[in-house]
Amino acid sequence: MTDPVLSVQNLKTHFFTRAGVIKAVDDVSFDLARGEIMGLVGESGSGKTVTGFSLLGLVDPPGRIVEGSVKLNGTELTTLSGAALRSRRGREISMIFQDPIATLNPLLTIGQQMHMAISAHDRLGKAAANARCAELLTQVGIPSAKARLRAYPHEFSGGMRQRVAIAIALLHRPAVLVADEPTTALDVSIQAQILLQMRELAAETGTAMIWISHDLAVVSSLATKLAVMYAGKIVEQGPTATLLRDPRHPYTAGLIASLPAMAKPGTPLTQIRGTTPSLLSLPVGCPFAPRCDRQTETCLEKPPLTMEGARGWRCFHPVGHSAGALA
Amino acid sequence: MSADPSRLSLFWAEYRQNKIAVLALIVVVVMILLALLAALISPQNPYDLANLSLRDSRRPPGFVGTGGYTHILGTDPQGRDLLSAIFYGLRISIQIGLAAGFVSLTIGTTLGILAAYIGGRVETLIMRLVDLQLSFPAILLALVIVALLGQGKAQLIGALVAAQYAYFARTAYGAAKAERGKDYIEAALAIPLSTRLVLWRHMLPNCTPPLIVVATVQIANSISLEATLSFLGLGLPVTEPSLGMLIANGFPYMMSGRYWISVYPGVALIILIVAINVVGDQVRDQFNPRLRR
Amino acid sequence: MLGFIIQRFIQAVGVMAVMSVIVFFGVYAIGNPIDIVIPPDATQEIRLEAIRRLGLDRPLYEQYFTFLANLLQGDLGRSFAYNMPVLELIGGRLPATLELVLISVISATVLGVGLGIYAGYRPDSWISKTIMAVSVLGFSVPSFWVGLILILFFAVHLGWLPAGGRGDTVMIWGVAWSFPTLNGLSHIALPAINLALFKLAMMIRLARAGTREIMLTDTIKFARAAGLSEPTILRRHLLKLISIPIITVFGLELGSTLAFAVVTETIFSWPGVGKLIIDSIAVLDRPVMVAYLILVAFLFVTINFVIDLVFALIDPRVRQGASA
Repeated sequence: MTDPVLSVQNLKTHFFTRAGVIKAVDDVSFDLARGEIMGLVGESGSGKTVTGFSLLGLVDPPGRIVEGSVKLNGTELTTLSGAALRSRRGREISMIFQDPIATLNPLLTIGQQMHMAISAHDRLGKAAANARCAELLTQVGIPSAKARLRAYPHEFSGGMRQRVAIAIALLHRPAVLVADEPTTALDVSIQAQILLQMRELAAETGTAMIWISHDLAVVSSLATKLAVMYAGKIVEQGPTATLLRDPRHPYTAGLIASLPAMAKPGTPLTQIRGTTPSLLSLPVGCPFAPRCDRQTETCLEKPPLTMEGARGWRCFHPVGHSAGALA
Repeated sequence: MSADPSRLSLFWAEYRQNKIAVLALIVVVVMILLALLAALISPQNPYDLANLSLRDSRRPPGFVGTGGYTHILGTDPQGRDLLSAIFYGLRISIQIGLAAGFVSLTIGTTLGILAAYIGGRVETLIMRLVDLQLSFPAILLALVIVALLGQGKAQLIGALVAAQYAYFARTAYGAAKAERGKDYIEAALAIPLSTRLVLWRHMLPNCTPPLIVVATVQIANSISLEATLSFLGLGLPVTEPSLGMLIANGFPYMMSGRYWISVYPGVALIILIVAINVVGDQVRDQFNPRLRR
Repeated sequence: MLGFIIQRFIQAVGVMAVMSVIVFFGVYAIGNPIDIVIPPDATQEIRLEAIRRLGLDRPLYEQYFTFLANLLQGDLGRSFAYNMPVLELIGGRLPATLELVLISVISATVLGVGLGIYAGYRPDSWISKTIMAVSVLGFSVPSFWVGLILILFFAVHLGWLPAGGRGDTVMIWGVAWSFPTLNGLSHIALPAINLALFKLAMMIRLARAGTREIMLTDTIKFARAAGLSEPTILRRHLLKLISIPIITVFGLELGSTLAFAVVTETIFSWPGVGKLIIDSIAVLDRPVMVAYLILVAFLFVTINFVIDLVFALIDPRVRQGASA
């Protein structure tokens, strides 16, 4: 493919706490093409949010990126100085968060907050700035945009607030937008609307998106590519349709099987037994092994990355009809 | 109360890590011991007027008085040995602080939990009163009550309690309200457990952590407030000199260089209050979920 | 917004009314005030005469209404001890207290918030740790003790500043203020520091806690993700967000500072209203006590009212009566 707009190689972000070193992101690699939507899926504690933060350089102490490369439009981000990194945030890569009530400052108007985001990178006159803000608001589906600029966040509903956040994130037409669980805090019906909106926006603006979520169902309707994270590593990634139809990693298979949509009415829902391990006491070898029905002694070693075209997985005994399978 | 033994030892293990807090705790314990044993360890009984001789008054530290012993910290205008007076004064300060703290705790917690539990009009009424009280400065309230009721231990404690119960009430209310909504309370009520049992065995233990924090702060505040009132001449009667009164007695002599009469009792007071506050700070930090990494 | 103001105003008036009743009955119902004015060897006739003259033989509620009527006309009675109208008495001493309190409070807040924000922004620097350690002292040490130490050190030991009293005054708008004069400043320095210390410590801790908490919120993360510079974030997000808890405490502590002025004025012989009340309590000069308490209640209610207004100005949710 043509040069990816975002290229992450062997990213490692560790937290140095009093209790020990937490390897929140442990050797994560993926590429993102222009306009592509990738889903980053995992349970809480899998490292998906920290991955998002790492891309923007927003990891709070005691955490920091210890190794790896993040290349945005060819520029290496991990070695940039503070000012250089800041000039790219919001302009070339931006991020939205889970709860729009917490993201927007309740004491400032929408217009004020959008202006601040604009003037972080551009010098626009008031009228021009207003025009751009109104344009973006309309684009995300907020009616009477111009008047709404003078409104305060609490005057909007949850879904509208998130749209405002998205508008702010897209003000400078960034190449990449990282969305951390953007619909988790919203009603299911609003969720669908936002999903549609995001897909349209990606197509219109050519912005690539990384959609972080614990909800496989939500993400798979939107993303063309999926990456499944577990205990800080990507255990499987590949095109969405292929992954869902024919998963390789047992964890992925378990996630798919536990989707309510996959269940037969009247039967108990399938679950993956056990719980996610604490990052302070990871099992030796494959972190998923204790919960896996396919584990053997081999799994006491860390599974290497196996690639097959656009797909990849880390498993000694992958599901499906490839070499080394048990069934 | 269900104090999980391992929880306590976990708490102590973490507490031990802050050396300053441990030091403060030791100081507090030492002071309490000094206060309790005041009668035994004081070279002189400062309340016994027969012992006092005006010839001994206002003497600097190290002076050997008519009683035949050295006044390590000097004497006050009445001829009292300052060290003894400080011990007895400590006893009074701690006594009053603990008494006021305990009574405020009981009254305030009861009100707060009741308000959260009963809800409705009772809740609004109680909390309005508490809020009003909270916005009124403690010292003014105490002043007025002492002015109206006269001087004496009971009145003083009453004034301190009136000034401070509101903090406990508000804290207990906040904690109880948070707990009230939780499922385990609903479950207990649904069994059905008697209201009293639910309140005593379930709500109260879970409201305890913030109350402990408030208690340490308020005890320190009571001691401070009592000292201030005594300093202004509105505290305990002259026959039972608390640290505040000792300081007040020495105030006129400060300009003429006889600083020890005020300074030493003051130092004792400060050490006590600061130590309690440091302990309280550490306890608060440990209980605060938001500061946990 | 107007509705909000009116509603709050009516509440304020209501509280004042209740306070006036409580104060009046509290103070007047206890003890026998006649004993201060009349020497103990006066004849029964003179006693009765005095009682009638001072209106002390009327039923209590009638006394209250007379009191209220007088109050609304600005007549707060006559001091038993000083034998002059209470209004005049208090009015003469009020500027001194106001001056002291305002200077203390403003400097404490400005300095405290500044230091606190720094301590919260860079919590691990040694400057921050020092600030916090010192603030513990300011918090726990009783203010009368601090006053004592200040006098001992600056006045007795170093001799730099005077140990008490008020300095030279200057008339502005018909009232005597001492801070515009250099001599006045030297006199106001120590008591102001003494009074400000507690509030300073409180503001530092509050600002620090608030800063730490706010800097970890998504609002700040989002602003950073949008590329805003740290100074902009501090200026436009942090300051605004932190002003809510700060102003709340400011209002609460303003009243508390007024109260603690009583102690400071006593120590530094500052001729203000605080010293007056202590003396009045000692001699049971009831009209002064009542007037002082009414004054305090009035100031409280006014402060609360103004704070509510300020909140409405800052926080649009309060203004529009919305639930977030």
